[in-house]
Amino acid sequence: MGAHDTPVEILRWRCGEIPGGDDRPPHVLPYGNGRSYGDVCLNDQGGVIDCRGLDRFISFDPSAGLLRCEAGVLVADILDLIVPRGWFLPVVPGTRWITVGGAIANDIHGKNHHRVGTIGCHVQRLELLRCDGIRRVCSRDENPDWFRATVGGLGLTGVITWAEIRLKRIPGIDIDCESIRFERPADFFALAEESDRSFEYTVAWVDALKTGKGAGRGLFFRGNHGDQAAATASAGRPEAKGFSRLPRVRVVTRPAVRAFNELYYRRQIRKRRRYKSGYRPFFFPLDAIGGWNRLYGPGGLLQYQFVVPMADAEDVVSEVLALAARSSSTPFLSVLKVFGDRQSPGLLSFPSAGATMALDFPHLGDATLKLLDGFDRLVGAAGGSIYPAKDARMPAAVFNQCFPGWHEMVPYLDPGISSSFWRRVTGSSV
Amino acid sequence: MNRVLIFGASSAIVEATARHFATAGDALFLVGRSRAKLDSVADDLQVRGADRTEIAILDAGDVDGQKEVIAQALECLGGVDIAIIGYGILPDQASADADPELVRQTLEINAVSTVCLMARLAMILERAGSGALAVISSVAGDRGRASNYLYGASKATIDHYAEGLRCRLSGSGVRVVTIKPGLVDTPMTADFAKGALWARPETVAKRIYAGLLSGPEVLYVPWFWRWIMLGLRMIPERIFKRLPL
Repeated sequence: MGAHDTPVEILRWRCGEIPGGDDRPPHVLPYGNGRSYGDVCLNDQGGVIDCRGLDRFISFDPSAGLLRCEAGVLVADILDLIVPRGWFLPVVPGTRWITVGGAIANDIHGKNHHRVGTIGCHVQRLELLRCDGIRRVCSRDENPDWFRATVGGLGLTGVITWAEIRLKRIPGIDIDCESIRFERPADFFALAEESDRSFEYTVAWVDALKTGKGAGRGLFFRGNHGDQAAATASAGRPEAKGFSRLPRVRVVTRPAVRAFNELYYRRQIRKRRRYKSGYRPFFFPLDAIGGWNRLYGPGGLLQYQFVVPMADAEDVVSEVLALAARSSSTPFLSVLKVFGDRQSPGLLSFPSAGATMALDFPHLGDATLKLLDGFDRLVGAAGGSIYPAKDARMPAAVFNQCFPGWHEMVPYLDPGISSSFWRRVTGSSV
Repeated sequence: MNRVLIFGASSAIVEATARHFATAGDALFLVGRSRAKLDSVADDLQVRGADRTEIAILDAGDVDGQKEVIAQALECLGGVDIAIIGYGILPDQASADADPELVRQTLEINAVSTVCLMARLAMILERAGSGALAVISSVAGDRGRASNYLYGASKATIDHYAEGLRCRLSGSGVRVVTIKPGLVDTPMTADFAKGALWARPETVAKRIYAGLLSGPEVLYVPWFWRWIMLGLRMIPERIFKRLPL
């Protein structure tokens, strides 16, 4: 997609207008750090407004745990600031390299969704700047309808210039973790039910290539913030160096993934392992490998993340795994988690009570797309939904089924804003 | 704790440099043209750990106003350990060729105003007998090129003045640091096509921060520009004038 040809305007001051003026393309899209897997952050027929220059903190109250910052501030920058002072973000995704604006626009979730819901549940206020120059401070009390449309609103309601987030106290900076091997999806669900009561963070890795006996086996990770003093904690150690110049050669092939999965599954001899982890390797394992996406080869990767209600979750997960294992497309990293029932304020928010699964595939063209169409049918039949932030291919009909309320967004859409994703899933021309 | 006085505090390179001072817990006095922008920068630096942040409004062309602002800063900080001058404009050379008014404006801001400010700050630091005066120049000051010689001439003025000042203040305990950024991806250069030689303001800022208090007093950032410019300076004029630079 033509991200490199898209005209880019830079927004560097929150007091400024959306740049471009009369030369602005008919529609633009606020752009954060570009880590969404699909086209929610692309606008191939218009321009983008690069918001990464909005990278200033505005206020931080270390006694109340309230942080206000501009929307281009990265999760990494926030954690660097607040963790040494005993605070943590209430919700973090799988990478530190996303902006606050992107986190809100995609209403991201983390390994603690079963406890605390999405980031939108913790955003106190935000400012929305429209292409016509109108500004609105939005919260649950002020402009609540705008707040609802903007949280999870994929940047389509205007540019988020700043946000205020309620932070979470932590006793120390490390995570006390356990990893537990499981043999089949049913065991995962039993572990999730047991763990979600006593662990703040839970997630599982699944060996999506294993068929027959052991199909759906994996490792269940659970953790809580530990109470080690900062000075002795391992997160203070320097991080592993990234490999930002990885060659764009497809390493994600079936034999390689099969070998990786076997080794990964057997990395612990005992069924259960207890360990301490720095918060970075625990929450952001892929950040240690800069440019990891290049391992999927020149076609790139497609990720498929869905949620289905608990009633059918085990069946859908097993069927998705069976389809993936039989397909010529090789799923690499597959992740499974149970969402809680805390409702996000966001109108288009993705998470809902049930099980969510994310699978990465090298994009091999039609074979991969057909496989994902097959997933759509399973997810649709179970009344599930697909995550826009990860999507690059869901047809308009599927989007309509996943987000039947999307028409409620229409009055709040900024006429000067659109995205490749939005045109694709709504079938609109702008 | 250093007491840092910054002119042009909302420029991208300077703001990124100021964050290092803030993280180190220094006291900062920020000068610039727009109150709204300075307020955003000041709030950010405060959250990042600055001991204190104060702001003052001054237009870059206002040479007379410099005295008052410096007095304000001295009173507020109780003295100055590090002074940074980082404002400037980048005129389009082709427009300037046809517009002597733009030539005057560029020289007034980039050269006259900056040099006057350097003179004022040098007196203060010399009296204190310690500290550093840093000025953001540019590799463009190293040689006049067809594409950019007005900007280059304004920066060459700064370079020359800083060099002399360095000689005058050698042995006084005061460092005079000429910072020569190469191509940096900032709002000033937003309309340029970017290639492999371009650096991010944060990268440049890290080196500036490290180079302010120790090391060579002429600082090319990133480092490789020192060698690129050395090569360019060695090209004989009769060849140089034919090069498409």
